[in-house]
Amino acid sequence: MPVPIKSTLGILGDNLRKRHSALPLGRRKVTAWTRGLGIPRGGKTVLYTGQMWQMVPAINAMSRQLAKYEHSRMGFLFGFARSMNKLVNLTPLLARTSAREREEYDRRLRNIARLLKAAGVEFGYLYENDLYAGGLAHDEGLDRGFVAHAERVSENLRRAGVERVITVDPHTTNMLRSVYPKVVPGFSIAVKSYLEVLAERDFARRRSVDRTATIHDSCVYARYEGVVDQPRKLLAGAGVRLSEPELSGTLTFCCGGPLETLFPGKSAEIATRRIEQLGSVNRQVVTACPLCLANLSRVAPPETEVRDISDYLAEAYCPTEAPA
Amino acid sequence: MKVDPDFLTALNLGGGFDARMCMNCGTCTALCPLGVELLPRKLFRYALLGDRDRVLGQTETIFSCLLCRMCESNCPAGVHIAENVRTLRTYINREIHALAEA
Ligand code: SF4
Ligand code: SF4
Repeated sequence: MPVPIKSTLGILGDNLRKRHSALPLGRRKVTAWTRGLGIPRGGKTVLYTGQMWQMVPAINAMSRQLAKYEHSRMGFLFGFARSMNKLVNLTPLLARTSAREREEYDRRLRNIARLLKAAGVEFGYLYENDLYAGGLAHDEGLDRGFVAHAERVSENLRRAGVERVITVDPHTTNMLRSVYPKVVPGFSIAVKSYLEVLAERDFARRRSVDRTATIHDSCVYARYEGVVDQPRKLLAGAGVRLSEPELSGTLTFCCGGPLETLFPGKSAEIATRRIEQLGSVNRQVVTACPLCLANLSRVAPPETEVRDISDYLAEAYCPTEAPA
Repeated sequence: MKVDPDFLTALNLGGGFDARMCMNCGTCTALCPLGVELLPRKLFRYALLGDRDRVLGQTETIFSCLLCRMCESNCPAGVHIAENVRTLRTYINREIHALAEA
């Protein structure tokens, strides 16, 4: 069942223009994951989340809300929501997230920061200036709004004196590395995903995870950004023995995530096909993108466990985290 | 079929619409996870013919593409399929959805 395309994209465009995010979360939710990690503010090299991991609990909450409405009332509701959202940010009202779910996604960012530290990488963080990169607006063809936003993000990085960013998800990697240089004149920041950064380093594991699993490649990492070998190298080093699904690497099959906003039903159908392909190889599924993780987890049968790659890597390469 | 000669010109404004290179082999449609007969080959045919009405009648299909590039990675003609679909979206948002800032 599709949601009304025009109003939904209208809300997205309005949010990006007025609140600089697809789903404006507020400073506290964007930066909560940093608690106790002592990451310095700013610097020439920064870890850049683009708020993607932080947004997933809100996306999940939104899709649970949507499932409650009948198709017949959608048009009216969305038109109304768009008018209201111009005045007040509706995200916190429509997307009530639980602390537990936020903690679960924030944990992956903590994993990534701890992994980079364990590998001896020095980096800072922009905290409230860690802005969304605009991927959804770009993909949905909201080009004017997207370019204006990309210019804002670029200016923000320039003012902070950033020269290199380490990204933590495929979509932000693709935006900053492959799309921004085409739309923002003079954009020259070096962009690498943390998986690429870690794979270049020779750092020893502390313990072997000693497990078997299968891997789901994100379309954007594999087919847009050429990140295929790095996760495999890191997992092998961690002691995870991978079996590949038939469609893997640059032939990977999409998780359905890109349709979650406009066509939640179709999105779930594709995710179900993918989780069946993966589950027939191994019940432990490794992902490397917050959207793949969310979309596949939503449809996974109880016997199939979907986990982010950083969970395995942190277990193998990081010292045990002190309880919060 | 009504041909709108300006349609293709409008799509090509940003230079991102390269469906002309398509050799009509059908590999893309066979590989697409969505399994929609129209996506993407026929859609591009209509656009190349200037059949604006028929393209716009497929708005839902155009917005349901995953931009996953399964098709593109296997296209023998090197068509930038995902970017072409995105170009159609941009056109629709501007001309039909009238999203002024879009
Ligand atoms: S695979 Fe490429 S050449 Fe073949 S029909 Fe599709 S777009 Fe055209
Ligand atoms: S990019 Fe779109 S048309 Fe191509 S395979 Fe993916 S969903 Fe199908």
